[in-house]
Amino acid sequence: MSEEKIIKAIKFGILSPELIRKMSVTAVVTPDVYDEDGLPVEGGVMDPRLGVIEPGQKCSTCGNTIASCPGHFGHLELVRPVIHVGFVRYIYDVLRATCRRCGRLKLPEDELNKYLDLLKRLEGRWPLLARGLTDYVKRKAMKVVECPHCGSRQFKIKLEKPTTFIEEGPEGPRRLWPTDVRSRLERVPNTDLRLLGHDPELSRPEWAVLTVLPIPAISVRPSILLETGVRSEDDLTHKLVDIIRTNERLRESINAGAPEVIIEDLWDLLQYHITTYFDNEAPGVPPAKHRSGRALRTLAQRLKGKEGRFRGNLSGKRVDFSARTVISPDPNLSINEVGVPEEIAKILTVPERVTPWNIDVIRRYVLNGPYKHPGANYVIDPTGRRIDLRYIRDLKAIAESLKPGYVVERHLVDGDIVLFNRQPSLHRMSIMAHVVRVLPGKTFRLHLAVCPPYNADFDGDEMNLHVPQSEEARAEARVLLLVQEHILSPRYGGPIIGGIQDYISGAYLLSSKTTLLSKEQVSDLIASSGYRGSIPEPAVLSPKVLWSGKQIISLLLPQDFNFRGKANISAGPLKCDDEECLWDSYVVIKRGKLLLGVLDKKTLGAQQPENILHWIAKEYGNSFCREFMDGIFKLSLRYIEMRGFTMMLTDVLLPNTAIKEINELLDNAKKKVFELIEMYRRGELEPVPGRTLEESLEIKIMEVLADVRDEAGEIAAKYLDPFNNVFIMARTGARGNILNITQMAAILGQQSVRGERIRRGYDHRTLPHFKPGDIGPEARGFVRSSFVSGLSPIEMFFHAAGGREGLVDTAVRTSQSGYMQRRLINALQDLRVNYDLTVRTPDNEVVQLIYGEDGVDPARSSYGKAVNVDRIIERVVGWRL
Amino acid sequence: MSDFISAKKLDELLDSARSLLPVGVFNELRERLTRLQLTEDEARRIIDLAIKEYLGSLIEPGEAVGTVTAQSVGEPGTQMTLRTFHYAGVRELNVTLGLPRLIELVDARKMPETPIMVIHLDEDHRYDRVKALKVARSIETTKLENIISKIDIDLATSTIIIDLDPEMLEDKGLTREDVIKALSKVKALSGRVSTDDADVNRIYVEIPVNYDFIKIQKLRDRLLKLKLKGIKGINRVIVQRRGDEYVLITDGTNLEAVLRVEGVDPRRVFTNSIYEVENVLGIEAARQALINEIRNVLEEQGLDVDVRHVMLIADMMTMTGVVRQIGRHGIAGEKASVLARASFEVTVKYLFDAAARGEVDELRGVAENVIIGQIAPIGTNLVRLIMNPTIAKRSE
Repeated sequence: MSEEKIIKAIKFGILSPELIRKMSVTAVVTPDVYDEDGLPVEGGVMDPRLGVIEPGQKCSTCGNTIASCPGHFGHLELVRPVIHVGFVRYIYDVLRATCRRCGRLKLPEDELNKYLDLLKRLEGRWPLLARGLTDYVKRKAMKVVECPHCGSRQFKIKLEKPTTFIEEGPEGPRRLWPTDVRSRLERVPNTDLRLLGHDPELSRPEWAVLTVLPIPAISVRPSILLETGVRSEDDLTHKLVDIIRTNERLRESINAGAPEVIIEDLWDLLQYHITTYFDNEAPGVPPAKHRSGRALRTLAQRLKGKEGRFRGNLSGKRVDFSARTVISPDPNLSINEVGVPEEIAKILTVPERVTPWNIDVIRRYVLNGPYKHPGANYVIDPTGRRIDLRYIRDLKAIAESLKPGYVVERHLVDGDIVLFNRQPSLHRMSIMAHVVRVLPGKTFRLHLAVCPPYNADFDGDEMNLHVPQSEEARAEARVLLLVQEHILSPRYGGPIIGGIQDYISGAYLLSSKTTLLSKEQVSDLIASSGYRGSIPEPAVLSPKVLWSGKQIISLLLPQDFNFRGKANISAGPLKCDDEECLWDSYVVIKRGKLLLGVLDKKTLGAQQPENILHWIAKEYGNSFCREFMDGIFKLSLRYIEMRGFTMMLTDVLLPNTAIKEINELLDNAKKKVFELIEMYRRGELEPVPGRTLEESLEIKIMEVLADVRDEAGEIAAKYLDPFNNVFIMARTGARGNILNITQMAAILGQQSVRGERIRRGYDHRTLPHFKPGDIGPEARGFVRSSFVSGLSPIEMFFHAAGGREGLVDTAVRTSQSGYMQRRLINALQDLRVNYDLTVRTPDNEVVQLIYGEDGVDPARSSYGKAVNVDRIIERVVGWRL
Repeated sequence: MSDFISAKKLDELLDSARSLLPVGVFNELRERLTRLQLTEDEARRIIDLAIKEYLGSLIEPGEAVGTVTAQSVGEPGTQMTLRTFHYAGVRELNVTLGLPRLIELVDARKMPETPIMVIHLDEDHRYDRVKALKVARSIETTKLENIISKIDIDLATSTIIIDLDPEMLEDKGLTREDVIKALSKVKALSGRVSTDDADVNRIYVEIPVNYDFIKIQKLRDRLLKLKLKGIKGINRVIVQRRGDEYVLITDGTNLEAVLRVEGVDPRRVFTNSIYEVENVLGIEAARQALINEIRNVLEEQGLDVDVRHVMLIADMMTMTGVVRQIGRHGIAGEKASVLARASFEVTVKYLFDAAARGEVDELRGVAENVIIGQIAPIGTNLVRLIMNPTIAKRSE
């Protein structure tokens, strides 16, 4: 292995002409690229000394092949100097701040010394202040009209974008040619440059006026061979050819003694080509175009923007050892696991070093080869030679030859650790480590409880998987990134992983009072949960031994666990605030026994702080919490399978009496609306303070219509069986809410766009089905039907209008919040906690003297609190209170 | 169960924990424990658990708290609404909420889209609606257009005729004389304002001679916007009852001027303009205002985000003594590292600047190290092993 080097710092500066010549391997002298035979011309821009192009070739400069030759710079001697666009500002500032004759900074000597002294003290310690000082000095010097050193008068210098300088002397404006600019800049002494904030060692101002142009290596601008056999050159090569050609023409004109005007024109043309070579989007310069009319992508454009070098290639890189496919659910996995298709497991590899302890296992992998599952794809011998097992006929010989010290890149197998990710990666729980389970099929399988952190569902979502390759990476993945380590979210200090949907319905049904289980059922459930232990005394002995669901759940709870709290169903008529609860909506667990209450979203759900999962994770550790979740979730699914759980049309079908009642309600509301409109027309409507009459009318109509939907919902709820499947889901928080049920069973209600009733469409009406000026409920998007009854075409149209707004809103929001998050990350990413619990920037500036004013990690807090005293008391003595 | 711990013994136990726990936690613990009947063993276990829990909840050195904060605030951004809502309680005013407001806050904009103040009144004025209204009137800007019923230009006599609305005058607590005084103060019109003896509500304004028609129109418009009373920037004041007191809610904000108004309780005047808070009350107040505002936005949207994250954002924005924006013109643009700046926005400009100045990137931050392919000194890589090889050799 090559020696490992650490980059300590990167210096930025301007290349001096000497340096450019020194790093150059050849001078480029001719605009010709290829000769008649199609071979690159020596001294042209594709000179072979600039680096290898064809694979297999050896570099004539360094002798390396294409993989290891870094490419080499050439150089072009410019006939006349040219201004570098990127440094125009720098040149302009220095020109104005220094004397036109002696080149000194236009401030008196004593002042210069004073500032230099100050600058030395500020530098390093207060970079921002030092910058402020240099800017101040610069501005002050620019204002001076007479040089305090040589006494010569100063004239105003104007910059004509992009690269022309004009001095307004007493004889009128005169153009400063790059040669003039350069000779002035050369006179500026180093100390004065320092005061202007520039390091003269790294960037002398005259270097910003180019006399030599570096020609980048061929590897920077590779030519592509099209299928037709035609060579297609890179944009940069085209630009370089333009520059060289213009340079040659300029040289010839000068040598031929052409008139000044022609030389100056050519000089400007050279300036143009070099300007667009650096930045083809420079303001005031028409972009250089390709033959097809497409603007060339030159140096600045390569760096810029999302797909540019910085954001596209340096801050984010493409990686090997990764896979991507569709995800699907698998409740039989542990939440720590991920199911990997065998096909993928045979491609992704883990390098494993052969030792006396694993040599037998690894031999078997090698024997299986690359095409049989627990196999291996490569063997690397101690000299670093890589053997591709795809091309080995005698695997046995290779397997025999294995010795400690060899490294085998074996297939992914059960128990390996991998990183699993779903975009958008908005928080750290978007990338977690999972333990591999190689499974048949073609999709990644994951446990449903990890859907909330990934924000995943299975309507076609795809996810990525990465295999860590070093021992350190694997160790960090196992200790820090494993799913169980992320049960508690650092956003609010509560569990983000937990029960969803059927897990909640199942837990509710299993724990409800009416659930009594036979011995067979109990055995079945217990077996599914993975519980190993004895079955408790049955709750009912006669006529048949029966166990309650709560007893089974209690088996999984820790022996000393106490808990009390409201269930999700504790609302409305089922509300309970303490143990005296008729509805079983107050949960009490004493010493690991679920005594009262049903388990639902509040107690087992994801994103519900201070629930059972939260306390178990905090008090018994993440590992135990994971086991608990695996157990209880399997239990509730097994039970829901046993009992059966579905949703059907009759769950939301109302009896005729209810429909009649709702219709009456609607008729009344409609009447009320028309009364309001009538009052408004007569001018009797009382306006809401601060609103116009029209707005007041709208507000009042909307109120009436919103009320009527709520009332209709109440009627629907009254007539529907409160223990039907849909209601169970809504009440326990498994899925849906009362509003959803109302919309299915009773009435959709008012559709809105921008928080108003729907008003756009034709003049004075929304649709041609209405009379102009109709502002009654139906004409403005009130939908009387329910999803069960079906919508009329007009209603369907309004409903779609409301729905469309939602879609547009989401699209706009994601881009806005994405940008905000990028800025937040960029502003804060360097902050870290130090050993003294201060929060500091990388330059050791203190941001907080103690993190969060109390030094508490939100992820380890109890919903924000450092210590939850009530919970501790509950833990210790809750069993007897 | 009979031998419960005595109060004295409990105090002893608690005292031993005092130095190990934060004051708030300790007080809560003491308060709870003294109200319970506990055995000595139980009390001991509770106290031990509290200490254990506190120490266990401390943050790990090296933790990338900035990143966690940015994620914790950014991630719920996707769940926020885009629309502005009616403010709870005040139907008259619209307030920017949700994502646009959050963006506005981290952008450190000079003026919020919907500036609003909540002004509490002092002891004398807060319980009486009439007195509260009086304060409200002195704050609300009243312009000429608010109190007139008609304004006409009479070209024949070259006058502008203003008809006052006596009801509005009364409502705003102004008199005809106030209006005349204000009009006379307009430079072009001194000495040209007169009244009508027949109609108390009519005021004549003589137009200066050299005015052409366009100029007269402009004068009329200017007179309509003439401020008669109140504080600049505050367009409307609404008096609202909150609990047992009356509170003023304003459309528009001007903290400095409102603090001087008689009848206002200066300790309880709030504005949603961070910029004003910074200028009037200072940077610490601005930090607190930022925390409050960000928390309000998140809470109103029903999103759970730990305060510590909000505090870190506010601290980062205010640490230099002025409020800095999160973005190119603030924190990101002032970073020491060239590569970090270049990888955020306006890549090329930062690179050219760095080259011209001869800057050196010390590669201490996260973004720089990602770019060069080294591990950033954060989290598990904060650990440095310092070894002096000469000492190691000597001990051999």
